[in-house]
Amino acid sequence: MIRVISLNKSFNDQPVLSDISVSFEAGKTNLIIGRSGSGKTVLLKSIVGLNDIDSGEIWYDDILFNKLDFQARKEIRREIGMLFQGSALFDSLTVEQNVRFPLDMFTEKSHEEKTDRVNSCLKRVNILNSNKLLPSELSGGMKKRVAIARAISLNPRYLFCDEPNSGLDPLTAILIDELIKELTEEYSMTTIVNTHDMNSVMKIGEKIIFLSDGKKCWEGSNKEILDSDCNTLNDFVFANALAKQLRKSLK
Amino acid sequence: MIKFLEQLGRYFLLLKKVFSKSEKPSVYYKQTIHEMVFLGLNSVGIITVISFFMGAVITLQTAYNTENPIYPTYLIGLGCRDSILLEFSSTITGLILAGKIGSSIASEIGTMRVTEQIDALETMGVNSASYLILPKIIATLVFNPFLTLISISVGIAGGWLAGTSAGVVTSEDYVYGIQYAFIPYYVTYAIIKTLVFAFIITTVSAFHGYKVEGGSLEVGQASTKAVVHSSILILLFNVILTQLLLS
Repeated sequence: MIRVISLNKSFNDQPVLSDISVSFEAGKTNLIIGRSGSGKTVLLKSIVGLNDIDSGEIWYDDILFNKLDFQARKEIRREIGMLFQGSALFDSLTVEQNVRFPLDMFTEKSHEEKTDRVNSCLKRVNILNSNKLLPSELSGGMKKRVAIARAISLNPRYLFCDEPNSGLDPLTAILIDELIKELTEEYSMTTIVNTHDMNSVMKIGEKIIFLSDGKKCWEGSNKEILDSDCNTLNDFVFANALAKQLRKSLK
Repeated sequence: MIKFLEQLGRYFLLLKKVFSKSEKPSVYYKQTIHEMVFLGLNSVGIITVISFFMGAVITLQTAYNTENPIYPTYLIGLGCRDSILLEFSSTITGLILAGKIGSSIASEIGTMRVTEQIDALETMGVNSASYLILPKIIATLVFNPFLTLISISVGIAGGWLAGTSAGVVTSEDYVYGIQYAFIPYYVTYAIIKTLVFAFIITTVSAFHGYKVEGGSLEVGQASTKAVVHSSILILLFNVILTQLLLS
């Protein structure tokens, strides 16, 4: 479980996140949603420790993460898997080397054991016969899946996904969403996904927080989101033409 | 001035992170070997070509400037040797490498920064500064002295070929000249300068790449700054080291 208490973050005296308090449960797919520039990525990177926060607390289970020094944070970070918006695969390494990287860095496994683990992770994300390809030779969807394989190679307890569907076609986006949800349940991870894709929200959003202008405006599940009385949230949820028509017909 | 001090502070903080506790030595060893090939071995060609012509030009210029019966012609060999040993091989090689590997380091690390690859390393719990920069520092510190020795040898050989081909010096006089009044300490001096220049090139370029914010435009700007700042520092430390080591 990850808990965030009264988190504040600003850049050059410009507040970006204000008094955010939320808890993300283990074994569930937790979503952070909001418009572009609402502070989703800053919140996610603050939780991971890539951004230093101005005030507040970030708890990983019973450890106060934001008060740890660099070395102590590294221990927690080895239990974190992260999928970045642009996949962030290492350009100079092949698919296999990318997935093997955390294993080489942090385990004492034999070469064969590492290869087995790499292959099982790649198989789990449906990447077959591509071990020797470079990231530049992969499609957007494949890159995301390889990045997920790398993220799960050390059996992480926490999985963070920043806009996992950005730049993907709707069908591939659904496959990625399903994969994230399946892996969350399979590994009992605490998963936090940043998204503004309403398909993802409705499909995998077991717990959702909605950010607007750096503030938490709403919290609930995908079953509750359509009945919200929060106007800002409704403007976001029913922003596209199809959703507007659907809402009209439901009324 | 405040901005300069701020940059200097950030540079030393980055160095502190580079030399702080790192991960598995075996991974660093492999990475260092890779960097030796990429930054060192791949520079042998350009260093050889430039040093050859540098030696040739120094010989010819020395010959035309000493066209006087008072001066024995073996001085051409001596002049070429000392110019190459004391200045050209270490400093010119340093400036060339600042352009070649400095821009490469800055753009590689800068691209990794803007494509979140460095964030990915940090999230995994890897000391990204140490993992990316330390092997490059070790590789250049180990390999650049060899590049300087190659440069010295090829430069002197280039001088011999140009001098004898142009008929400005005989082979015997040139060989006598390069052995005449030889001070072995000059080689040590050249190696010390090379080591300092290697450290400057690698760390300054890595610093500019590591602190990039933005996109491809900023990566290009960082690459240019890396070359300019490395070159200026090389020239500055050339003066300081010359005063310290030869006075």
